[in-house]
Amino acid sequence: MNVIEAFKNMSYGPAPENSDLVMEWLESHKKGFSLYINGEWVKPAKTQFFKSINPANGQVLGKVSQAGEKDIDKAVKAARNALPLWAKIGGHGRARCLYSLARLTQKHARKLAVLETLDNGKPIRETRDIDIPTVARHYYYHAGWAQLLESELPDHEALGVIGQIIPWNFPLLMTAWKIAPALAAGNCVVLKPAEFTSLSALMFAEICTEAGIPPGVINIVTGDGDTGSKLVSHPDVNKIAFTGSTDVGKIIKQQTAGTGKKLTLELGGKSPFIVFSDADLDSAVEGVVDAIWFNQGQVCCAGSRLLVQEAVSEQFIAKIKSRMETLRVGDPLDKSVDIGAIVDQSQRDRIESLVNQGVSEGAVLWQPSTPCPTSGCFYPPTLLTQVETSNIVASTEIFGPVLSVMTFRTQKEAIALANNTRYGLAASIWSENISRALDIAPQIKAGIIWINTTNQFDAACGFGGYKESGFGREGGIEGLLEYLKPKQNKALEKALILPTAKTITKKPKDGGDFPSINQTAKLYIGGKQCRPDGGNSLSILNANGAVAGLVGDGNRKDIRNAVEAAVKAESWGKATAHNRAQILYYIAENLSYRSEEFSERLCELTGQTKKQSQTEVEDSIERLFFYAAWADKYDGAVHQPPIKGVTLAMNEAIGIVGIVCPDSNPLLSFISMLAPVIAMGNRAIIIPSPAYPLVITDFYQILETSDVPAGVVNIVTGEKDGLAKVLADHNQVDGLWYHGSSIGSQMIEAASTGNLKRTWVNHGFARNWSSNSEGQGKEFLQQATQVKNIWIPYGDSI
Amino acid sequence: MKAKKTKTALKAANEPYNPGTDFNPDWISEIKINQSGVERRAGTLKNRRSLKKEWQAAWLLKAISCIDLTSLSGEDTPGRIKRLCAKAASPVRNDIIEDLGVSSLKLTTGAVCVYHVMVETAVEALKGTGIPVAAVSTGFPACMAPLETRLREIELSIAAGAEEIDIVISRRNVLCEDWPALYEEIQAYRSACGDAHMKTIISTGELATLNNVAKASMVCMMAGADFIKTSTGMESSNANLQVSLVMMRAIRRYNELTAYRVGFKPAGGISTAKDAIQYLVMIKEELGDSWLNPEMFRFGASSLLGDIERQLEHHLTSCYSASHRHALV
Repeated sequence: MNVIEAFKNMSYGPAPENSDLVMEWLESHKKGFSLYINGEWVKPAKTQFFKSINPANGQVLGKVSQAGEKDIDKAVKAARNALPLWAKIGGHGRARCLYSLARLTQKHARKLAVLETLDNGKPIRETRDIDIPTVARHYYYHAGWAQLLESELPDHEALGVIGQIIPWNFPLLMTAWKIAPALAAGNCVVLKPAEFTSLSALMFAEICTEAGIPPGVINIVTGDGDTGSKLVSHPDVNKIAFTGSTDVGKIIKQQTAGTGKKLTLELGGKSPFIVFSDADLDSAVEGVVDAIWFNQGQVCCAGSRLLVQEAVSEQFIAKIKSRMETLRVGDPLDKSVDIGAIVDQSQRDRIESLVNQGVSEGAVLWQPSTPCPTSGCFYPPTLLTQVETSNIVASTEIFGPVLSVMTFRTQKEAIALANNTRYGLAASIWSENISRALDIAPQIKAGIIWINTTNQFDAACGFGGYKESGFGREGGIEGLLEYLKPKQNKALEKALILPTAKTITKKPKDGGDFPSINQTAKLYIGGKQCRPDGGNSLSILNANGAVAGLVGDGNRKDIRNAVEAAVKAESWGKATAHNRAQILYYIAENLSYRSEEFSERLCELTGQTKKQSQTEVEDSIERLFFYAAWADKYDGAVHQPPIKGVTLAMNEAIGIVGIVCPDSNPLLSFISMLAPVIAMGNRAIIIPSPAYPLVITDFYQILETSDVPAGVVNIVTGEKDGLAKVLADHNQVDGLWYHGSSIGSQMIEAASTGNLKRTWVNHGFARNWSSNSEGQGKEFLQQATQVKNIWIPYGDSI
Repeated sequence: MKAKKTKTALKAANEPYNPGTDFNPDWISEIKINQSGVERRAGTLKNRRSLKKEWQAAWLLKAISCIDLTSLSGEDTPGRIKRLCAKAASPVRNDIIEDLGVSSLKLTTGAVCVYHVMVETAVEALKGTGIPVAAVSTGFPACMAPLETRLREIELSIAAGAEEIDIVISRRNVLCEDWPALYEEIQAYRSACGDAHMKTIISTGELATLNNVAKASMVCMMAGADFIKTSTGMESSNANLQVSLVMMRAIRRYNELTAYRVGFKPAGGISTAKDAIQYLVMIKEELGDSWLNPEMFRFGASSLLGDIERQLEHHLTSCYSASHRHALV
């Protein structure tokens, strides 16, 4: 091309980034990469390599080790052994280490960006301008937390050894998202990168050495899913942090069930991108580009479902099409390329097959006329219109550059469509009416809401999902807390396993025991006392072994009914916090009027002394006050990401929460769990203590006189673990708190994988409910809420 | 009046020049500009495209062809303006042009832009070059002169040989959101301009919001502007990529609504080759290749040319150039 021709056609021409330095680095590791364990490069026990390939041209970039069980064990041991020193160097020492990682990331920025582009296929613009700067930012931010930890979170401590498994879509960025908060909190890590994209983590390992990170604090083991599975199941790992697909997340939840390992999962999504007729349509089009054609659409929070208001849908789709014509697909190292290569042929095949299926189900496909390379692993930007909600491309995560378009008429319909998914990772709302946008943000069940922007990430802001998009947050204090535990919990874990509850006599009431109490407590569902579906009752014995009364023997249909009643009580979550506080105070007030009666009931059933019973009732009243007090004070935060704008971190209710009560302190333990759950706006399904359910059934009357709306609290008596299993299996139940045996705890965690409900189980450990340090506190509020981060950029003045 | 350069080009492309439309309030009320969205697009676009080697040289030459080489100073004299015109006619050293192999382009700047009193001098100096003279007008830069004298100024400049008139709008009409008044004002200028090429300076730095920028742009186009232009160069803030993006999108919208194409001229503060390429990239991305020519796009600039000359020399020699190696503007 000569200058004259270029002048006449005004084309861009090639603008390749130089990759010489990285190629030299790869050449120097030609023999294959070892594992990074205890600050050294260690050959795997069994020499086995797999190739890392540049998806843009098929070139083999290097050979990476497949770590096996022995290697994982070695890495976990190294991490375990490094913990004491890592604790000893203190917050400031750890801050220095994290600061070094931040600085060195910046110093090696170009090399890291080029390597990432070569290995993953994403455009150099993105690795250079987004991935790598965001990595550095993450280490800076968490250097700050390391520094502040001792003064700001003195009641917390590190978890120990963290196993971390990351995906291939943001290889180095996910390394930082995992390592930075873990280290800031004082943990040591074993990290496994994705097998398609291990190289930047290995270059990062060299940076760790350069930064003087103490040996064993960061260990990097490469391998495939099998390696990951071995890390998950290693007995000496205290927590697993996983980012990847929902399917694998569910397997990990199963694998860790009952082990006591803390777990955070950041999984898939099918995030809505909602455009109202009063939006800046041109800016919204650029939003779409950033939402679905960023990183070839291989982004868990990609705005893959465009919901556009009918009044502007035609105009908006026309604008998208003309914008798509200017997207440049090609060599990811070219600085003028917008869309690079798909990470692997298998992923490309998946995209193609889902698109074909979507078309066969009625979607209309449109792709721009701009060229797409025919060699290498590329897929053109794709628009699918006339997508109905039943179409596979409306519900299934494609993880590719494919946008599914649907239209809506009203705000209400937009919200309904937005929430019509198993996922709940992110949503983007476009409207110039900020009142409207802020009204919608809390109504969308997703962990991240972007108003008039999209795909923004920052270390200061929590990132993570609702529903089957996982749980736990990365970034912000909410992310840091995922790598900490209250120091208190150590005491909890030492306490004895619950004593076996008194045997329940299952014989039907025959009226033979004189004097019997003619009382048959029903179930409490939807604000009404109702008979159990099965028509059976259970006899409840008093402390002397005589029948104290009958309770309904609830079954799965009663649980179903209770959940339906809870669904209808959704407005509880929208009630003001002041309103919820008032009701909790009122419950306490009404309990105080009847404290004598409850205390007698406790004596009768449990055989505890009158004084003990009186104390338990008084403690219950105080606990109600405690959560009434918190109801309007458990505020969120305003994060300050580096944009002109703010991010609101709101503590939101989880939704419908099951509570399975222990036998110990039957009234107080019930109140201690119920109060924080409803204070935060959740609806509860209670399975009372199997030994003393009459205390709880007596409580109906207090609920009824305290203006608790129907369906907010539902109580189903019956066989504890059987009913708990039904709750765990129920896909409409969002959270489940279980206090019971270790076997029951495992069962609950394993059974809750269906919809990835948030579980909080005691692993068989007893809790001293009458102690304020164990029986109440912020941890209960954290467990009753999830954090939603709402990004609000602003400005209308030049 | 003779057919003007721009209009000839449009006719050649079988497109009518913009005759304007009736005042259409819906086209104003539908405008929604999200500033943070605009900032994001404007801020990232420059990193999404990169030009190297021959392409960079070609784009820089294109930039030169789009410059309205400008001198708007109280100190302007005929001597100074003659030098400006000579530079416009021969903007790049001959050996550079030859080494680039672009002699056949007969490269000149797009126009020369001066105050009314310098029009005659400039027209005389540019005789035979085909380079039009643009006159800033209508009480430039503040637009605070009586309407009568503003209109008269246009007529006088045209009579003196200006083929292009850069008018300024009354910012007060925008700040009071009196869009019909703005429309009437521009229409009056339009009819005073006759067949002359009318660029309307909306003075973005004094319009307070991007929404006002978009709305003022739309009103000016409805009233028959051939070009919309960002700034006088005298405001406290000059052209930038954000306001340019908003104005380009207004042009695109007007084109969708009417099929008429209106040109764009950012002015003030554009002084480096890198800046120039960013504007050209934005034009290509937002409006398309058919706007990448002096008929549809101009830079209002005085020092930009010097930096481009140095970059071109660097392209050829791989050695950084010095300003004294190029003819002074």
